[in-house]
Amino acid sequence: MRNILSGKQLALTVQRLAQHILEDQLTSSEIVLIGIQPRGVLFSDRLYQAIQAIEPSKQVNYGKLDITFYRDDIRKELHVANATDVNFSIENKQVVLVDDVLYTGRTIRSAFDALLAFGRPAGVKLCVLIDRRFSREFPIQPDYVGKSIDSLFSQKVKVFWEENSLEGRVEFL
Amino acid sequence: MKSAVQHLLGIKDLHQEDISLILSTAKQFKEVLQRPVKKVPSLRDVTIVNLFYENSTRTRMSFELAQKRLSADVINFSASTSSAKKGETLLDTVRNILSMKVDMVVMRHSASGAPHFLAQHIPAAIVNAGDGINEHPTQALLDAFSMIEKFGDLKGLKVAIIGDIMHSRVALSNMYLLKKMGAKVKVCGPPTLIPKHLVEALQVEVTYNVEEALQWCDVANVLRIQLERQNQPLFSSLREYNLAYGITRARLEKLQQSITIMHPGPINRGVELDSDVADGPHSIILDQVENGVAVRMAVMFLLSNPNRS
Repeated sequence: MRNILSGKQLALTVQRLAQHILEDQLTSSEIVLIGIQPRGVLFSDRLYQAIQAIEPSKQVNYGKLDITFYRDDIRKELHVANATDVNFSIENKQVVLVDDVLYTGRTIRSAFDALLAFGRPAGVKLCVLIDRRFSREFPIQPDYVGKSIDSLFSQKVKVFWEENSLEGRVEFL
Repeated sequence: MKSAVQHLLGIKDLHQEDISLILSTAKQFKEVLQRPVKKVPSLRDVTIVNLFYENSTRTRMSFELAQKRLSADVINFSASTSSAKKGETLLDTVRNILSMKVDMVVMRHSASGAPHFLAQHIPAAIVNAGDGINEHPTQALLDAFSMIEKFGDLKGLKVAIIGDIMHSRVALSNMYLLKKMGAKVKVCGPPTLIPKHLVEALQVEVTYNVEEALQWCDVANVLRIQLERQNQPLFSSLREYNLAYGITRARLEKLQQSITIMHPGPINRGVELDSDVADGPHSIILDQVENGVAVRMAVMFLLSNPNRS
């Protein structure tokens, strides 16, 4: 087991990403943040919280998106669907899509399909906590990255969060 | 769904965790149906035939809509307008349809066990949409979904199933499901319409007094009198049935608590259910219909899911 990010370091990374998103969207009237179920939501919950802590007056539309029904490996194994909660339109909005670990890019590809069921966004940006470089199977790149890492195909990367905290740890399993 | 589940032939074959998985998946599909775009691409590589050897409005439209929302290719078959009229057997008909590369069969048939027979002979996944007086599993699942939506949990919920228990596949599927999920079940109807051996085997309570059933329950699932399946008179007249067992506003007003009214449709208004009850504030009949699409999407999504080698 090897450590990638931990404790205070992880909290600072989340805060930096929140700052970066706010900086980019300073002039827009609202921020649309959508976390991908299930593990991306654990990260986006904290990102949402961090954005609100930095800029309480900024309106943030926060949603959760499940991509199970849009996966390209749906026949390979049984995937259990999680709740989707996007109770606003994304028509003509700048959407920040949030996931914890970016690997092959297939989840994000599916998320684009899922997202379009809620309208036609003006643009979509991708925020990930961990970018596993050089392992993409689709031409998808993140706009906001917590940390880029090099990893082997055989390795697994997992994020563990402490309850009600921006802290936690990211590890190779 | 457990890998052993290849078909949905009846609730009898399902485990508690299969039922829970179908219902939790249905909940996510219900959300999909509230979106501006109500369609998902999950079954775009799947072709489904709806094989209806018996009339149907709700079930058939509900299945077809569910299939279209899942992006499946759909073909429809009605026995009344097909070569079944020329004497083609069920197995021949289905083999011919399957040779056109169909992956799933949704079937309604007036003979109990017809889908079970088919499951033994053909490689496609089979969904029972009602077989004779045996089972109607998707109806029981959507009834359960609607009850959970209203009450949160089935465990300990008191459900009265009232009416023609003997000829009702809805009743049998509901009894199996509710017992498996820990609800309390009481059946009520004329003694001639309640098969004694059945309720004994399923260990459900019986009453022949409709007031008693209504007083006891949280939910009354009222069933249609199935005159088309009754070969001999089992009660003297529809009017008498209504007087003895019909759910009327007067009967509900006498209760100490308000109860939820369900009906699988089609309703014989003024026989088993009066109009002001069917359309009243405690009726969730149209919610049942709405939930049917989500539940059927879940069933077909899950059946198409595992490696079907």
